[in-house]
Amino acid sequence: MFPVKELKRSLLISLWFAFLTFPIMVIKVDPIERTVIWRWDNLFFVALGSFVISILAKVYLLRKERRAGRKKVKKELTEPFVQRILREPRFLFPLSFAVLTFALLFPALFSTYQTNIMTTALMYVVLGLGLNIVVGVAGLLDLGYVAFYAVGAYSYALLNMHFGMGFWAVLPIGGLLAAILGILLGFPVLRLRGDYLAIVTLGFGEIIRLILENWNTFSQGPSGIANIARPGFFGMQMSFDAGITYIYYIVVALVIFTIFVVNRLQDSRLGRAWLALREDEIACEAMGIDRTKTKLIAFSLGAFWAGLVGVIFAAKTTFVNPASFTFLESAIILSIVVLGGMGSIVGVIFGALILILMPEYLRALSEYRMLAFGGILVVMMVFKPNGIISNVRRSYRFKKHPSKEVIEP
Amino acid sequence: MSEAILNVKGLTKNFGGIKAIDNVDLDIKLGEIVALIGPNGAGKTTFFNCLTGIYTPSAGDITLCHPESGKETRLNGMKPNKITEEGMARTFQNIRLFPTMSVLENVMIGRHCRTKSFIPGAIFRGPATRREEEEIVNVSYEILEKVGLEKQVNEEARNLPYGAQRRLEIARALATEPFLLLLDEPAAGMNPNETEALVGLIRKICKEGHSILLIEHDMKLVMSLSDRIFVMDYGRKIAKGTPEEVRSNPAVIKAYLGEDVDA
Repeated sequence: MFPVKELKRSLLISLWFAFLTFPIMVIKVDPIERTVIWRWDNLFFVALGSFVISILAKVYLLRKERRAGRKKVKKELTEPFVQRILREPRFLFPLSFAVLTFALLFPALFSTYQTNIMTTALMYVVLGLGLNIVVGVAGLLDLGYVAFYAVGAYSYALLNMHFGMGFWAVLPIGGLLAAILGILLGFPVLRLRGDYLAIVTLGFGEIIRLILENWNTFSQGPSGIANIARPGFFGMQMSFDAGITYIYYIVVALVIFTIFVVNRLQDSRLGRAWLALREDEIACEAMGIDRTKTKLIAFSLGAFWAGLVGVIFAAKTTFVNPASFTFLESAIILSIVVLGGMGSIVGVIFGALILILMPEYLRALSEYRMLAFGGILVVMMVFKPNGIISNVRRSYRFKKHPSKEVIEP
Repeated sequence: MSEAILNVKGLTKNFGGIKAIDNVDLDIKLGEIVALIGPNGAGKTTFFNCLTGIYTPSAGDITLCHPESGKETRLNGMKPNKITEEGMARTFQNIRLFPTMSVLENVMIGRHCRTKSFIPGAIFRGPATRREEEEIVNVSYEILEKVGLEKQVNEEARNLPYGAQRRLEIARALATEPFLLLLDEPAAGMNPNETEALVGLIRKICKEGHSILLIEHDMKLVMSLSDRIFVMDYGRKIAKGTPEEVRSNPAVIKAYLGEDVDA
């Protein structure tokens, strides 16, 4: 039975919520008519709603606790469905093949508008995977990630404007410039961890944006740079629609490339060092891992992807200005990583698709978008703190020892 | 007797006005088990931290001499990871494993400084990298067998029982191929059975050619295990010698039991 104590608690919570939301939900001042409308029915709905939600949350948490309390042997059996699929190659391969086919056919099946949205979402997938190296794997909380994105975008915009350089030439340059900037940012923050690191990177992101906004001779300030060339394809002339489809395929290729590289990096000597760095820095150093080098590599590799996506962003919109690179952008990318599951590639992909596509298809609710955004993050952190799909632990094979059996996980 | 592989001369560490370590000498010879004992707060762990590069000593010299090549290295001010590369690895008093990584991965981290593959290797995964990865896994697994943790390879480190965590720390340190192993209170919090197993393990490691310096409070373990003992109190070395000599040293008895022991 549901304990009476919890009912009382929920009742208190609902009263508290009713009280907190009283000024905005109940009182409505009409300054023209000079009247105050008292919407008491709203008070009732708020109280009822929060009461029901708090009871549901409590029930869920109780059940979760009870499940965790049972024998640990069961844990293996209740391993999430998704994780089991990801572990088994015979499910994973057909599944990824199906997803890939769908991704390749997407522009043929849907309108240009849809393709355009999907391109944006996939760009955020790459951004998320890049930030995942820094935040998810190496555990360095970076709130200024958008700065590297901006560097990529502006390097294409400026190189194209001044020197007429093409998309394909600038793509690696943008990535490299961002990676170098990542190292430059990395140096001063090597000693910092957690909150302190977050503040410094936050400041760094703002510095880059402010430079772009105020250094008019360099970046044309808030008015931005327009008429950036779209990516070329052996000098072919493309219609507007074909151009969008073309960029879509570039981004799909980039996503595949990113997944491949990030997956291999995570599953390497370097990836393990990052994980260890996240867990315990002092032990890491005592075990012979060069902290400075490992951290700088994480920063620069993370930044590299942001630089690449930045170049694509500039080519896609043909226009950049500092307003595209605000802190909100960093926050969204970070939310993608946290919501999807820190360190989990599949999780980050899902996180990006959900967070970017959902607002697009919920245009009708656009006024409540940020509210829903915040709400989802809060709910996720309460009920699934490891993200939608948490990282699958890798298991290793050993050489058969003469006297011992091979231990298969 | 063979040459000393670790030579500490006049090591001093000040924290502001406090002398945590005051002019301490210590030497370890190849194949020895040396213990460093002393009452709480005597500066033993600070001494370890100075040796392993976590603190920089205020004065004095630490020289490590590689037993095979005979190469001498002055460790003062070197970074901890470099010191580990030189062949001196340590464990921690308050266990510092990587809690959410598996037992095997913990040991694999220890292999980091003995392997080379880098970003291109990780991305292209050529034959050299694959061979190296395989070697890392196999060597790590062998080390786990040595310390008796081979059944828990895929377990998360934080789920291991306390004694096993201690052994895992030793395994992780061994994976860095040290010729000198520093153990900071390896038996702390262990029950008698676990302690006994630990003594056996330390003997085995020593026989395999690793010299050992350990800090320990368990006198029975120290007396039965060590070849020589150094005693510290208030940051100073107050005695050194074989277990018998130290046991009967009046300065040591005074340090442990207080001034008026026979009053």
